[in-house]
Order: sequence, then structure tokens, then C-alpha cells
Amino acid sequence: MSLSLILVVVLALGAMAYWLGRSRGAAMVVAGGHRIGAVHSLPGYHGAWVALLALAPALVVLAGWAIVGEGVVTGQVLAAVPQDVRPVTPLDTSAFMNEVRGLAAGDIAAAFNPAAEAVAPQYRAIRGNYNLMVGALALALFAIGGLWAFSQVRPDFRARNRVERVVKWGLVLASVVAILTTFGIVMSLIFESIRFFQMVSPVEFLFGTKWSPQTAIRADQVGSSGAFGAVPLFWGTIFIGAIIAMIVAIPLGLMAAIYMTQYADARVRRVVKPMLELLAGVPTVVYGFFAALTVAPAVRNFAVSIGIADASAESALAAGLVMGIMIIPFVSSMADDALTAVPQAMRDGSLAMGATKSETVKKVLVPAALPGIVGGVLLAVSRAIGETMIVVMAAGLAANLTLNPFSSVTTVTAQIVALLTGDQEFDSPKTLSAFALGLVLFVITLLLNIYALAVVKKYREAYE
Amino acid sequence: MTDIPARQADGNSAPMAHNVPVAAGRAAEAVTTKMTARDVNVFYGAKQALKNVSIDVSRENVTAFIGPSGCGKSTFLRCFNRMNDTVDSAQVSGRIQLDGKDIYSPDMDVVQLRARVGMVFQKPNPFPKSIYENIAYGPRIHGLARAKPDLDIIVESSLRRAGLWDEAKDRLNESGTAMSGGQQQRLCIARAIAVDPEVILMDEPCSALDPIATAKIEELIDELRGKYAIVIVTHNMQQAARVSQKTAFFHLGSMVEYGDTSMIFTNPVQTRTKDYITGRYG
Amino acid sequence: MASVIIPENEAVAVKLPTDWASPLMRGRVAARYRAERLFKLLGLAALSLAGLFLAFLLFTIVRDGWTGFKHTEVRISVSYDPALLGVDPAAATGPGGLEAIRRGDYIGLMQRAAAQLGPAANVVSDGAWLDLRQMVEANPAVLGTTQTVWVPVRSSIDLLAKGKFDLKEPEISRGVSNDDVASYNLLETRGLLKTSFNTIFTGAADSTDPELAGVWGAALGTFMTLLVTIALAFPVGVLAAIWLEEFAAKNRWTDLIEVSINNLAAVPSIIFGLLGLAVFLNFFNMPRSAPLVGGLTLALMTLPVVVITARVAIKSVPPSIRDAALGIGASPMQVVFQHVLPLAMPGIMTGTIIGMARALGETAPLLLIGMRAFVTDTPQGFASPATVLPVQVFLWSDDVQRGFIEKTSAAIIVLLVMLLLMNSAAIYLRNKFERRW
Repeated sequence: MSLSLILVVVLALGAMAYWLGRSRGAAMVVAGGHRIGAVHSLPGYHGAWVALLALAPALVVLAGWAIVGEGVVTGQVLAAVPQDVRPVTPLDTSAFMNEVRGLAAGDIAAAFNPAAEAVAPQYRAIRGNYNLMVGALALALFAIGGLWAFSQVRPDFRARNRVERVVKWGLVLASVVAILTTFGIVMSLIFESIRFFQMVSPVEFLFGTKWSPQTAIRADQVGSSGAFGAVPLFWGTIFIGAIIAMIVAIPLGLMAAIYMTQYADARVRRVVKPMLELLAGVPTVVYGFFAALTVAPAVRNFAVSIGIADASAESALAAGLVMGIMIIPFVSSMADDALTAVPQAMRDGSLAMGATKSETVKKVLVPAALPGIVGGVLLAVSRAIGETMIVVMAAGLAANLTLNPFSSVTTVTAQIVALLTGDQEFDSPKTLSAFALGLVLFVITLLLNIYALAVVKKYREAYE
Repeated sequence: MTDIPARQADGNSAPMAHNVPVAAGRAAEAVTTKMTARDVNVFYGAKQALKNVSIDVSRENVTAFIGPSGCGKSTFLRCFNRMNDTVDSAQVSGRIQLDGKDIYSPDMDVVQLRARVGMVFQKPNPFPKSIYENIAYGPRIHGLARAKPDLDIIVESSLRRAGLWDEAKDRLNESGTAMSGGQQQRLCIARAIAVDPEVILMDEPCSALDPIATAKIEELIDELRGKYAIVIVTHNMQQAARVSQKTAFFHLGSMVEYGDTSMIFTNPVQTRTKDYITGRYG
Repeated sequence: MASVIIPENEAVAVKLPTDWASPLMRGRVAARYRAERLFKLLGLAALSLAGLFLAFLLFTIVRDGWTGFKHTEVRISVSYDPALLGVDPAAATGPGGLEAIRRGDYIGLMQRAAAQLGPAANVVSDGAWLDLRQMVEANPAVLGTTQTVWVPVRSSIDLLAKGKFDLKEPEISRGVSNDDVASYNLLETRGLLKTSFNTIFTGAADSTDPELAGVWGAALGTFMTLLVTIALAFPVGVLAAIWLEEFAAKNRWTDLIEVSINNLAAVPSIIFGLLGLAVFLNFFNMPRSAPLVGGLTLALMTLPVVVITARVAIKSVPPSIRDAALGIGASPMQVVFQHVLPLAMPGIMTGTIIGMARALGETAPLLLIGMRAFVTDTPQGFASPATVLPVQVFLWSDDVQRGFIEKTSAAIIVLLVMLLLMNSAAIYLRNKFERRW
């Protein structure tokens, strides 16, 4: 008996419980003569209460099993596999169990691994036994909850209030998901980072200048020859995201915003604004492809033509340029907001003295809007250093501490992807270092965002 | 109401609070006290919006609350169906009874209370649904109709009582928001009537309407008198004089004077009342 | 002026009015106007540059990619000899016939048929035999007959047919061998080649051969992943927004939730990938590369967007509607679910679609939870390995084979069209249902 079948049965019974509660409630309403106060709650609420009390415990049991069940069964099945053919790495185990599951479900006829073929019947048996037990438990809870709730259905029973209280708790629960996510991020990053820092000292990680995690591939070599000095990564991230990209994005984004708010007429704005939104909506992988295929060779050719013979095909400049272009719409919309928040009176004052528009913009508007613009730029920086695909595809993986924009540098995000894709031990420092990098990235972007949002908020309030 | 509980008699005979000057009433004709309020105080946070107000509301009379803005009359009105519950900072103390039953007691269901004590708001606020659905919503959530034909009857009778049937009968499926302001307000009154309330609270129901629409609403209030206990808050003293039989004058959170409308307007006891009525302030 | 000593109180009176007609002032004004024009021009240039870039990006992608929707086929005649194929026609039609058909030697059949092409025999795609097998599966009666079929050619021949190579370049740098060019010319002059709509690209999954690779598998993976995402992010996000906007009291807990949501919206997407890897894969032991896990991860990423836009939409419903419903005796829950939510729905939908569009283009977090699986079949279920469109783009862009450049661009076109459709839907909803109160 599969879990989904049990679920369908339980849900069908739940619908029946609703119907029973509802009918009983409806009968009371008829008996009460449809007067206000004769029966406290509408029949539907009585039905919902009965269904709720019947379904909730049963569904909790089923959901719990759905989460832990596979792990339990996998553990028992793997224990049944002879030691010598038992898969070792998580990736192997996952592939092995995929085959076992496929065989048991009949999706695949023959397995690549003979050991998988051998345990498939066992898997089916264990799974079936557990499912039966869980199903029986769920149905028992269903019956108890449902009967108890049904016995409560009386004219003065406040079913609506009860149901609404449950719904309210549902709302609270939904809101708590946000906290849980934040908590999950922080905990998983910190937990794995601590494990990393047990193998590599935080001082070396934060201040070391040599990054070559690739040497530590074997378990017996752990920590022996890998170098985890992340400074070249931090530099690469700042070089691409906060320097090159901003050199492109700030002037272009700011000038675009100034033109849009001060010069362009409504017709132009109607066309250009969606265009900028479109530019912002293009997936980053598309930018990455463009950077790698079109921009990077062009940059390299240019470098060679001006006499830099050793220019890399994957350059900081190519990645930074494209990232800057990606950020333009973001900067321009933040600058747009900041400029329009400046009171009209200020602009009028300047224009009334005979200042030209550009003088007004340069001498009055931009200085007045500066905090807002700076906040927007900080948000843009935070976004640029968290951006992944462009640097993965166009910046390369060589950890160079260099000022040369034509050479290849690597970033925190590109390294995270490189470290975590492919087959590896989960507790090797190489893999765990990705979480330490993630923690640094998370903390930096968080601080940048909090600060930038505070700046922007204070700025807005100043003109309200 | 024929089945008035015994407790109501107590409520009726309970001594009036004496911190409020009550106009010397004439020998009262038989009135059915519907709601009583005793020593009601309302705080918004630390600010006291209403001080020790006591009053009786009867079905035979339309009761008007008058007074300058911010005097607490709307706040007091909203205590009668616990709409103040929706304001987080509001704290209500004192005793308000409906048919002798405390509406702030824990076993009073606020939803049923609001069905029995309906409300019409300052600005017409029909739901953005059809006229029919606007009226039918209340009966539906309270389970007052067996089936569609019942609902049709409720909708028609409510619209008739609100004097809107002739204008609305051919456009029941049109949106309520497409009507004129006066019609919208009568629709809101019809919507309140549809759940068969015992009391209707009106919070400056004509303040957003033109004089012709206002006249129609006033006529309607007069027609509804006796069928429902009506309490109306108004800025407009002429309106209070036209539609009400009892008037309470509020100032700075206190009820200054309460009595027959004719007395209040012709011969007020308190100088503050006199000053307000003659237009010295407000 | 300096030579004359003027009493202070007369200074103003003595100062001559500005002579705007003087050459000095005229020059100054002209210079200021020049600066003004230059500044305006700079702004226009910045905008144009952004626009040009977008146009250039789209242009290169469409130029490289539109041919991906066509492919070249070569005509050969195949004699389905049951003996050589090893399939008994009688067994093929009986019960278990499919199994019997599948056992045949189609690769050999293809080789024999391709031999007719002489020196150009190697133009046929390595996977073309699948077409021959499919033909028999569809109609076992072809056994024993000779059929004329169009089969796909290898990628380099296909690219030659599309004119993607500069034949004037020397062999070493042009990316295609002289033999291939000769084969192509031979077949072309004999009229054995045709170009048609590429059903392999639109109907198949990934492959190591560019001419056999398709986006359908990735598109289906994207669809399943987004289904999981919306099934979680939409209800949870809307319910959270309702609680925060309508019920939550102002206290430390709600502050904490608000701050969490606002910050989550700005967390780099790759962090969500780390979360998915650590929590879903390693802690809960969920299957790698599965749409279920991808959807979960993206749901956590999309959730803040849904909550924030839903709150704005709920807030824009005027309080008078709430009062009206409360005044009749609706409970706060009924007010929310029967009045506020329906009125806020268009706004919520718009925000959700925008959030989903972002999730659709997201690559990095999915790489970390292993959705870069090389899957040659369409995904079987929510727990089986799959890939998604943006990851497919990434994988193909990494491939050294030249034929994949075209496929990558074509896959990007598919991705962009999907995005465009979603955004248009959002704009349509916003314009149609937006209500001004």
C-alpha cells in the first residue's frame, strides 16, 4: 500500500467527516427555525471542525512519515547490503537508492548495479510493512478525532470560533516560515563553518593570500596541503562587483535616471521604463553566456591589440562589464526614486533663479538626493557581489590577487559553485569551505542591506 | 419583542447614573429600553476619549448624539456594537447591555452582537459586488435563509424597507458601487436591515451626501422608527432636531446633557449646550 | 572699481545693472546652454547605451539561436530485412511484440542503410537508429519492406547546411574538416538534404550530441520545479501576509518576522542553494537533483517577494470595506477571506507572477542542489533527477562542441519567451483588475 494511496483514503474520509458534521449542523439550523442565535455556527463550520479534528492528527502522522520514512527504510535496506558492495559516498548512495527505488516501483526493468537488484524486493517489503503500520495509526487517530468532534456538534457549540482559531494559528505558522528560513540559513552556514574552522584556522581563512582547495581531495590528506586563504577571493569579488561593475553602472544608471526624470517626456518614459525592466528581468545565466561568448573574446582581443599578450580569455573586465550592465536598471530605478523624492519646491527655487536644468540637477537635485542615491548604490553593490552566474561563466576560477583587469580573477560565489558541484565528501575542508565563504557573503550582504535600507529610509523621512 | 427576559425589567428600573444631568423628562410613555450604557469610559492608549457616560436607548425613539468634532460621540456609538474592538489601543470600561445582557461579557459572541446591532457608516461603503450580493451577504453568513427563494424575499423586503426597491429592482445584478452616493447609503441601510437587527447605529450617515439624498435618508429613518431602535450621530443640529426624539449632547468626552429633543433644542439646561446650539462654538 | 572709494551705503546704488547684452555675458550664457545640451545628451547617451546593449544581446542570441529550431535531415532508403535486423515479424505483432522489436540490431541496420551514401556515409547522426526503431514500433508492418526515411545528420553537417562556417578560412581554424565539407557538398548536389522544423530540439531531453539534444526535458523539469514552488510559496506567502497585515499585534515577534522577510528578499540566491544543500539534501536526505527539492529551495527564495507584494495589495483595500463587513456581523476571518482577499487578489497574483519569473531564471541555487544532472530522458516524477532550462543553458554553454552554441542560444530564446509570457500576464492582470479606491 503506497503512501499516496493512504493519503487519498484519509482525504476522502476527511471529506466524508466534513459532510457528516455539516449535515448535523444543517439539521440543527432547521430545528432552530433559522433565527439568529438559535444555532451559533453555520453548518459548514461544524463540518470543518469535525473534518479538522479528524484529519489533523492523521495528516501529521503521514507527513512525519513522509519526511523521515525514506531515511529509515534506506538505513535498513543499506544494512542488508553486503559490506563489500555497499555504496560509500553520499552521491553513490543516492544513485544506488535511486536504482533500488526504480526497481521496486517497476520504473526500470534492470539495474546497473547487481547489489541493487538483490535488495529491491527487501526494500519493497520493508517499505510496505511500515506503510501499513503508519496507515493503520493514521486511521485510528482519524477515527478518534472525528468521533470526538462529532459528539461536540450542538446548537450552542461555537464551531466557527474554534475553526477560526485554527485558521489563525495556520496564519501564524505561515509567517513563522520566514523566521525558520532565516534561522535555517544562519544555522546551516554557522554549523558547517564551525566544522570547517576546526580543520582550518579562521585567521588563515580570513587573511591568507593563497587559495588552492583543489589539492585536498583525498580523505587522508585532509588539511595537509590545501590552502584556504580567501583574500584573493574577497579581492576578486570586490574588484568585479564593487569596482568594475560600479564604474559601469553608476554613471550610466544615474545619467539614465536623470534623463528619465528630468528630460524625457511621458511618451518616452512609457517606452523606456518597460525596456529597463526587461533588462532587469533577463536571467543572469543569459548575461553569463553573453559575457563568456561575446564580451570576453572581445576584451581579450582588445587587450592583445594594445599589447598585453598574456591577457586571459576569462577576464575580470569582461565579467565586471556585463555585471555592470546587468545592474544599470537597478541603479537607475533607485536613483529615479531618490530624485523624485526631492520636493518640487527645491527644483522650482533653483529654476526660478535662472539656473538651467542641468545646473539644477548638478547643484541642487543630486546633492539633495545623494543619501538616497548612495543607499541605492550600496544595495546594488550587495546585489553585484552576490551575483553568481556571470562570474562562474566569465571570470574563471584562478585565485589571483591582481589589479590587472585583463587577468582572470575568481569570486566568492564562483568558488562556492566550483567547490560544491561534482562528487565529493561532505566533510572534507574543501566542501565545507564553501559554507564558510557563504557565511562571509551572507554577513557582508546583510550588513550592506541593513545599512543601505536605513540610509534610504532616513532620506525618505527627511522629505516627508 | 414579546419575550423580553425578566432581567430586562431590572435593567429598566436600575437607577440612572447621576453624574450626568438628565433633563427632567415628562411622564414617560411606555418605552422598551433596548440598550443601556452605564459609566462607560473609553481610552485610546493613555488618552481618555469618553468619560463616565450613561444612557438608555429605546425602540420607540430615535436617539441623536450631537456635539463638536472629537467630542467622543462616534467613539461612544462604536461601543454599542463593539466596533472599538477593531482598534488595538482602545480600552472600554463600564457596562453596556442589550436586552439586559452585558455585551462585553466573555460569553457574548461579538459576531451575533453585530448582527443584532447593525451599523451604517459615515461614508457609504457598499461591497464591490452586485446589489443583490450586498444585501444577501449578511443573511448568508448568519445562516438566515433556507434556500435561494428565502434569500430573494429577504433582499426584496430589505430594499423595500430602505425605500430602494423601485430604483434597484431592475439592476440587482449591477455593482453596488455604480449607484449614486445617496442610493449607496440606502443600500448600506438595506444591508444592515437584511440581518433583521434590533438596533441600528448610524454614524453621520448623511455627511457625504447632497441635501436631496439627505432628505431621503431622513425620511427613511423616520419610517424605520419603532421597528428598530435607532441611534444616530450627527454634526448637523437641524438634522438631529428633525429626525430624533431624544438627544444627547457631548462635549470633550463627557455627555453634557440628555433629554427629549424638543427640550434640548428649545430649553437646554446647561449653558454649554445652549452655546453649542446657538452656534457659539463647534 | 577698486580705484574709486565708495561709501558702503552707496555701493548698491552705484553698481551698474548687469549688461546681459555684453559679449562677456552673452558668451557666458551660451556656454551654459552648451553645458545644458551636453548634459542632456549624456543622459540620452546613457539610456541609449542601455537600450543598445539590450538590442545587441537579443540580436546575438536570436542570430545564433533561431536556426536551432531547424535541423537538417538526409534522405536514405532503409530495407527492414527481418533476418538481418533479428526481429521476427510474427513475434513483433503478437503479445510482447514491443520487447521483440526492441531487441533488433538497429545500429547495424542504420549502418547498412547509410553505406548507400558512399563517402558521405558518416554524415548520419549517431542517434539516428532510434528513428528507425521508432518506425517499427509504430508500425510493425514495415518489416520486410524498404522505406525512404529522413534521418538527422551530424551536428557539423547541420551547421554547414545553415552556413555557420566561414569556408574561406583554413581547415585548422574554421572548425570543420575538409571531409565533412566534401560530404556535405556531395549530398547537397544530389539533393538528399532538406531542412525542416527541429522536432528533436522541441521534443527531446539532453544528449551528448548537439543534433540529438532537446529542451523539452529541461522545460518539463522547469515546469515541475515551478509547480512545487508556487504550490508552497503562494499559499504560505499569502497567509503570512494576511497575518502580518490583518491580525498581528505590534510586538517583538512580529518585528522579527518583518525584519526576516525584508532581509530574506535581499539575500543572494546562492545562499538559498547552500541552505537547500545543507538542510534538504544532507539533513532530511531528500533526493538529489529532484524537482521537489529545487522547488522547495526556490519557494523559500520566492516567499519574501510574495509576502511583500501581498501585503501591499492587502493594505490597499480600503478600511471602509472591512468596517462594512464587520458592521453586519462578519467575523474578522470572514472579513478577510470573503472581502479583503478577493479584492487584493489581482495585486497578489501580479506579485506572485513576478516572483515566479525570477525563480524561472534562477540558476545558482539549483546548481548547488545538483539539478545539473545529465538527464537524457524527460523527468519521471517529482523525486527523480531532472534539470531546468537555465541550468541547461549553463551546461550547454560549457560544452566545447560547436553545435551547442546554437542550442544554447535557442534554449535562451525559449527561456526568454517564457519570461516574456509571464511578465505580459502580470502586466495584463495589473491593468485589467487594478482598482483605484
